[in-house]
Amino acid sequence: MLDKTGIARRIAKEVKDGMYVNLGIGIPTLVANYIPEGISVVLQSENGLLGMGPFPFEGEEDADLINAGKQTITTLPGSAIFDSAMSFGMIRAGKVDLTILGAMEVSENGDIANWKIPGKMVKGMGGAMDLVASAQNIIVAMQQVNKNGESKLLKTCSLPLTGVKCVKKVVTELGVYEVKNNAFYLLEMAKGVTIQQIKEATSGKLVIEGKIPEMNL
Amino acid sequence: MNKVIANAKEGIKDIKDGMTVMLGGFGLCGIPENCIDALVKSGVKDLTCISNNAGVDDFGIGLLLKSKQVKKMISSYVGENAEFERQLLSGELEVELVPQGTLATRCMAAGYGMPAIFTPAGVGTEVAEGKEIRNFNGKDYLMEMAFEADFAIVKAWKGDTMGNLIYKSTARNFNPVMAMGGKITIAEVEELVPAGELDPNQIHTPGIYVHRIFEGKNYEKRIEQRTVRPEDLKT
Repeated sequence: MLDKTGIARRIAKEVKDGMYVNLGIGIPTLVANYIPEGISVVLQSENGLLGMGPFPFEGEEDADLINAGKQTITTLPGSAIFDSAMSFGMIRAGKVDLTILGAMEVSENGDIANWKIPGKMVKGMGGAMDLVASAQNIIVAMQQVNKNGESKLLKTCSLPLTGVKCVKKVVTELGVYEVKNNAFYLLEMAKGVTIQQIKEATSGKLVIEGKIPEMNL
Repeated sequence: MNKVIANAKEGIKDIKDGMTVMLGGFGLCGIPENCIDALVKSGVKDLTCISNNAGVDDFGIGLLLKSKQVKKMISSYVGENAEFERQLLSGELEVELVPQGTLATRCMAAGYGMPAIFTPAGVGTEVAEGKEIRNFNGKDYLMEMAFEADFAIVKAWKGDTMGNLIYKSTARNFNPVMAMGGKITIAEVEELVPAGELDPNQIHTPGIYVHRIFEGKNYEKRIEQRTVRPEDLKT
């Protein structure tokens, strides 16, 4: 079974040379730390930056330079800055190759819920609805079960939706799943995880074809 | 042509109770600090504020919330403000949550003279309720209306006496589209220079969109999430 870092490390392997990538808040942010050597990718921050660099050194923080999580960051050689409309324009136009974000629930047809829990304070969807409605390729990073031990890979989402039929792949502490044909296709299993554990943690339709390889980090 | 005014107080003097105001910024980055202070002092109330976020408890739009001057917030994310939550739950404050790209593009549409836009953001969700859906090339899009705002208040890095603006780093964010989107646009800048000193090739917001401009002072530029990397990587 993987920890959050493990999930981020596995997703980092999906990042290919030349991609423009948007990373959501939480586990997705960690992915930036594990992008393989020798691969050149450009990180998009939807508040208006392409080419997001690492956090600044102490004393070099610039209040005018933050990411979409409102953290102080840096630019890189080749960075570009633009306004919020253009930022979502490039997202809407499908220019961003890969979007990685967290979720509360994913359904077997690729619907995603990650912005609102009825009865709890609603903070807002931020840019998540724009991203999931337009991204070419969406990978969800999440824990497969919630705090009550209930599966978050469902037949239909119970929470208010963020977007419909958009998730292509899910990486959890247990495995990697492709979302297609109204089912979760198990592609890889984390080390030490059994098929039985995967089945118990998947409430939606699960398809297991042939021998499933162990996740390689 | 004289767009230069003395200060924020003069800039916001005719913002009246019940008006709709766009406020630039993302989080606390690039917010019009001087004008927010002036609005608090003016006591104007029942404002509808279009702004990506609602500040924090003691800074940014949070100051207007604390003094109960806001009737309605139109935002994409409002998570950093306890007073906001209290007013929302007690029913004192109305909130319209809008996907961030839709928010920005509805501002832009106003500045481009377009009454509405079509976006896929929110299709199949509660954001789509009551909205017209059109199918283009096999994909559904929501019709979202351009904003109508009595005033837009923006913050820029440099500006000139003609109202031309240049922003710095990601403090640009919503400021250019809001500058375009207001019926009357007030710009506060860190440095105001005579016309001719800014390179026309570098202007982000042309002065035609800006009606009033002044050099702000005492910018705090508060950082919401100060994140740094370890010094030992400095090799």
